[in-house]
Amino acid sequence: MSERVENLATALRSQFADQLLSCEVALDEVTIEVAREQLLAVCETLKDGSEFQFEQLIDLCGVDYSSYGEVEWDTSDASSSGFSRGVESGSANGRLVFGDELEAATLDRPRFAVVIHLLSYKFNQRLRLRCSAPNDDMPLLPSVTSIWNGADWFEREAFDLFGILFEGHNDLRRILTDYGFVGHPFRKDFPLVGHVEMRYDEEKKRVIYEPVSIEPRVLVPRVIRKEGQTDV
Amino acid sequence: MSEIRNYTLNFGPQHPAAHGVLRLVLEMDGEVIVRADPHIGLLHRGTEKLAESKPYNQSIGYMDRLDYVSTMSNEHAYVMVIEKLLELEVPERAQYIRVMFDEITRILNHLLWIGAHALDIGAMTVFLYAFREREDLMDCYEAVSGARLHATYYRVGGVARDLPDHMPQYEPSRWRNKKELQRLNENRQGSLLDFIEDFCKRFPTYLDEYEILLTDNRIWKQRTVGIGVVTPERAMQMGFTGPMIRGSGVEWDLRKKQPYEVYDKLDFDIPVGTNGDSYDRYLVRVEEMRQSNRIIEQCIDWLRKNPGEVLAANHKVTPPRREAMKGDMESLIHHFKHFTEGYCVPEGEAYAAIEHPKGEFGVYMISDGANKPFRVKIRAPGFAHMSGLDEMSRGHMLADVVAIIGTQDIVFGEVDR
Repeated sequence: MSERVENLATALRSQFADQLLSCEVALDEVTIEVAREQLLAVCETLKDGSEFQFEQLIDLCGVDYSSYGEVEWDTSDASSSGFSRGVESGSANGRLVFGDELEAATLDRPRFAVVIHLLSYKFNQRLRLRCSAPNDDMPLLPSVTSIWNGADWFEREAFDLFGILFEGHNDLRRILTDYGFVGHPFRKDFPLVGHVEMRYDEEKKRVIYEPVSIEPRVLVPRVIRKEGQTDV
Repeated sequence: MSEIRNYTLNFGPQHPAAHGVLRLVLEMDGEVIVRADPHIGLLHRGTEKLAESKPYNQSIGYMDRLDYVSTMSNEHAYVMVIEKLLELEVPERAQYIRVMFDEITRILNHLLWIGAHALDIGAMTVFLYAFREREDLMDCYEAVSGARLHATYYRVGGVARDLPDHMPQYEPSRWRNKKELQRLNENRQGSLLDFIEDFCKRFPTYLDEYEILLTDNRIWKQRTVGIGVVTPERAMQMGFTGPMIRGSGVEWDLRKKQPYEVYDKLDFDIPVGTNGDSYDRYLVRVEEMRQSNRIIEQCIDWLRKNPGEVLAANHKVTPPRREAMKGDMESLIHHFKHFTEGYCVPEGEAYAAIEHPKGEFGVYMISDGANKPFRVKIRAPGFAHMSGLDEMSRGHMLADVVAIIGTQDIVFGEVDR
């Protein structure tokens, strides 16, 4: 398996040379990164080029890289402060709470990216392709629906959940969230409990939306422990 | 003469043939579909976001609730991607148990599908027959995990526990006389494997019964032959996988092409269709059940001869032994940390896919080194199939939409996630 993966990586490097931002092989999988301007051209070659022939788009998903690698409970120091430090809200330990504004400057990469998984039936190979959206406030990427028609709903999903816009998609509507939903729920600054809750109002005889009444809480703080680290 | 215009029909979200909560907005020209616009998301629970807020092991149960008809297969993809990130070896016995339960799950799924699909287009009996067999298989789920549907049986590094030595039996009650009780418990005298083996012996006869009812049935053929035809090229373009692409004649099965667990050691065939219509997909799925039966028989044989561990010995990710906890402080702390904080997964990203009863079910996971995943994306086969509904139903009659929903084997737990 791994030899074929290496061959694919070599072929990709020689075919696209300067069009790739990176080309990595890890865990028997090839990942390439492409700039927004090159995305459509690279995708077309990947689909129709005789040595690639990725006929099928298996998956397309958005990723929000803000708060990547941030923890709620710092474990590298001594355990002078307890578990509650990670659980109590409002601490400055990286967890985003209600109304927090994200500091974009802390990220060394664009906030939003789209990850595409491709499958070639002819060569029995898979490929992962990542393309970052340069503008954090208005993430805009070209749509690949003209190359793989199946990308239609996947792009609608990425738009719905992350607010990534796809140029050239002719029906970019919300897909999974409710009619009239506000916000993009899978962004890291969207609280898990949401902003509104819904109930049936007996007096108004209709369903109404109200601000959530429950407090967001963390049962298990997010920690990162490196190999060989022993303190608790 | 009055002007004839297209009109829009609202199908669902509460419709018995919509297989859950699907709202279809159909643009009709008389009784012919001009455009179908599925509105999905009524069952959206944000599974992926929930998984990002929990330690790895606590989300296994959520995977059951995706495609709630083939629960163990969902768990399988989820634990496989974590094992890939951890580069963890799974004991062979656990791999065989997983394969056996994956195939039991496939039969469970296809039985529900054949029953519901036939019921949708007018055949009542098959539904009752299929549910009779599902009962036995759900008893296997229950024997091994304690739950009939949402098993949460797979673990990172293996399965939760070994197969039981005794098959649970029916207990006497006011409603069952002695003779009846004896009849019910007749094939439950031995171990779970004996019970499954007995089922495997009976099952091909049951399949013949369904085929007698459907395969040459005139009404069944009128309702399925030539309905929802998909060419192999379009199936690839639209992201179809599993029986949906095999029905179009593409010989593609991850169990053969990219074997995981022990599928490369087992003997089975991949059925493919020729016309790509609903009838061919029906034939493909029925044959898949026969092949699953073959795989289960081979697994039973192997599992009988090879006792052993079912959970990896790497105790960074698996809990300590129960006996060790009783007298050993460190094991107790370890147990506590394992079930509260969980374990950290090395930084990286991976995608693992399995041949789910419905198609390619994959999980893409990004880890930033923490005890919770940074991003989980579930690639559900039904999502891609549903997006092809518009193209498949154009030009067909209203009643054929129901047949197409049935042939796609839609379950909204996985479409909406």
